Amino acid sequence: MTDQQTTISLPVLGEVSRRTAMKGAGATLGAAAFVAAIAPLRHLGESLTADEFMQRHYKELSAEDKRAVLARLEAETASEYGAEVRIGDLRPIPGTKFVYAINLSVCNGNGACVEACHRENNHDRATNQSYIRVLEMPKGTMDMEQGNTTYQHPVPADDRFYMPVQCQQCDEPPCVDVCPVEATWKEDDGIVVVDYNWCIGCRYCEAACPYHARRFNWKAPEVPAAEINPDQGYLSNRIRPQGVVEKCHYCLHRTRAGRLPACLEACPTGARVFGNILDPDSEVRWLLKNKRVFILKEHLGTQPAFFYFSDD
Amino acid sequence: MSDAAIKNQTDVEEPALLTYLGFLRRSLWLVTEGSLLYYAWMMALTAIALVGANAWAHQVADGMITTNMTDYVSWGLYIANFTFCEGLAVGGVLMVIAAYLYDDDDMHQVVFIGQAIAIAAIVMCTLFVTVDLGRPDRSWHLIPIIGKSNWPISMMTWDIVVLNGYLLLNLHIVGYLLYIRYRGKQPNPTWYIPFIYVSIGWAISIQTVTAFLYCGLGGRPFWNTALLAPRFLASTFVSGPAFIILVMRIMRVLGVYAAPPGPAQMLIRVIRIAMIINLIMMFSEFFTLFYAGGDHAVAGTYLFFGLHGHHALVPWIWTAVCCDILGTILFFLPGAMERGNIRIAACVLCIAGVWIEKGMGLIVPGFVPSTLHQLVEYLPSLSEWKVSTGIWAFGLMLITASLKLIINVLTGRLHQRPSRTRRRPPRSWLTQRLSR
Ligand code: SF4
Ligand code: SF4
Repeated sequence: MTDQQTTISLPVLGEVSRRTAMKGAGATLGAAAFVAAIAPLRHLGESLTADEFMQRHYKELSAEDKRAVLARLEAETASEYGAEVRIGDLRPIPGTKFVYAINLSVCNGNGACVEACHRENNHDRATNQSYIRVLEMPKGTMDMEQGNTTYQHPVPADDRFYMPVQCQQCDEPPCVDVCPVEATWKEDDGIVVVDYNWCIGCRYCEAACPYHARRFNWKAPEVPAAEINPDQGYLSNRIRPQGVVEKCHYCLHRTRAGRLPACLEACPTGARVFGNILDPDSEVRWLLKNKRVFILKEHLGTQPAFFYFSDD
Repeated sequence: MSDAAIKNQTDVEEPALLTYLGFLRRSLWLVTEGSLLYYAWMMALTAIALVGANAWAHQVADGMITTNMTDYVSWGLYIANFTFCEGLAVGGVLMVIAAYLYDDDDMHQVVFIGQAIAIAAIVMCTLFVTVDLGRPDRSWHLIPIIGKSNWPISMMTWDIVVLNGYLLLNLHIVGYLLYIRYRGKQPNPTWYIPFIYVSIGWAISIQTVTAFLYCGLGGRPFWNTALLAPRFLASTFVSGPAFIILVMRIMRVLGVYAAPPGPAQMLIRVIRIAMIINLIMMFSEFFTLFYAGGDHAVAGTYLFFGLHGHHALVPWIWTAVCCDILGTILFFLPGAMERGNIRIAACVLCIAGVWIEKGMGLIVPGFVPSTLHQLVEYLPSLSEWKVSTGIWAFGLMLITASLKLIINVLTGRLHQRPSRTRRRPPRSWLTQRLSR
């Protein structure tokens, strides 16, 4: 029985091994073609270090981990952008809740805040990125559909008022709820932050935000070394990696150190008021108590920590 | 006598794992084996998939700037396809319901087609989400425990859980039944019937969760409608069955497998109802949008009629409406109940209609106008088309290969070889087959 089988299968075996060989060759070719197809990934693999790949979520980093991460990021900025920067990690000051208020009677749409944000936060130069958009609206309506963010004429125009919009640091932030990996969260002082090293870039938060406050890094930001702001924070203005989401962080690397946001400092009209609402003597506290104040899209229940008011 | 003795002996000796590995090895051999047409088809698909892989690699290396998405329209063709494929995955559950809840014998014979399509469709879903990530290298952050899952708050986390659960369920059911058939044994109901019931409920939940992904966003009026989940389900029960009917037809034409006429007819009856419900809901949505007007109507106006000189989506959506209506009419013709061109045309039209209506026609208007009412339009870039087509090609490869495997097992062409040959070198089973 066995002999018979062997004799029959001998010639066929040749056929089989030929097929096997062909399949092997096919598989090898296919694999080679695949490797060639995904070759652009190779240089990415070189730049992605194991430390970066394995880095844990911000909240799980020990003090020592954090030091190592910050040092690594500083070194990366030096080698990739040629700039010596200092990346800090200031934590919220206990008893602080930051809010912003904008005086619509005063704002004249000059856009200094937009520009200041652009520079302070190391935004990509070519796309002129910024966390702030200023809407030019016809007087007599609050309908944003009538608004225009790309006006190019001298300001203020007649019959127009100007409404800067940036992240509203919502108390019920939909962007935080939707993030599948908890890469974005609300800190104790009310600032909603993003861990740029944990975000997977799904842009669900961008879809969820009702104020168009989030930006995605469609490519790695390009900033000339001389223009890089060296005073950086891990959760704020350090140069963001490609493929992650970012947003306004109330300049936490400044405000947590007792300074004012860059957009406020740049504003020539004094339309911007920033402060700690828990401080009974703060200007924002007084404003919220005494002025007619409103928030954007109140019906959505996002509860912004960003207010608009006007002089009566 | 001695043969039987050896057989018994080896039966006892061979560990299940070996049999299983043998099954996998032989399956792999089988799906890389076929006619010239099969090779040509698979190679063409491979080539397309490779073009897609290449475009994706560029996207990862250079950034998603290679797509036409922007901060205004931050989801596009990928998420549109993801939504459609999810519907495809769920559509097959109709066959499962008919086969197992209603004990339809004919359906029992073809239910595997729906399951094979479901498996491929879920793989495609996963790929479409992956290519949409800005940082695919960090996808491990999504894995519970190892990463950090925002469960149960984030609908996307839910979606990932239910999708993978559905994949595992289907892999288990199909895998188990095939393996048992391969070994020439009777399946043990306790090993698959409970999973079947779970998978039915699960399928419905997938569609619901995906709809929640969009309709849970208060800041996007176009999506923020309770009708979204039921509409998803209705359109799923159109596109899924239509796709299955097409696959059955192709298998018949190629002479691979001739399905009985009953299942297709039953599917068409379901499509008729589902399509009518879908159209009613579409009309209801249309009415609510435009009669009351206001915020909600803006995106709808943009979609159907264009807004302030922007009308990139207008041709898309009216194509979809025409396809839907024409397809529905065709499905209601008596000719649709017979095998013929009417049925095929109806299926193709409805699939195309749903693909647009549920894909580009749903995702993009969610972003136009933006939440600050700016009008920035979106049409996919060449790179996005390449990646998407590549994923579809890969999905079709999976469907082809799994159907080939399933048919060979079901028709008894691939079965566990007699145990006495098991001791031979690995390729002997084929030697034996070829020498027969
Ligand atoms: S404005 Fe947008 S990004 Fe900022 S907290 Fe609110 S939802 Fe999040
Ligand atoms: S883009 Fe990043 S921060 Fe936004 S939801 Fe996705 S993972 Fe979270």
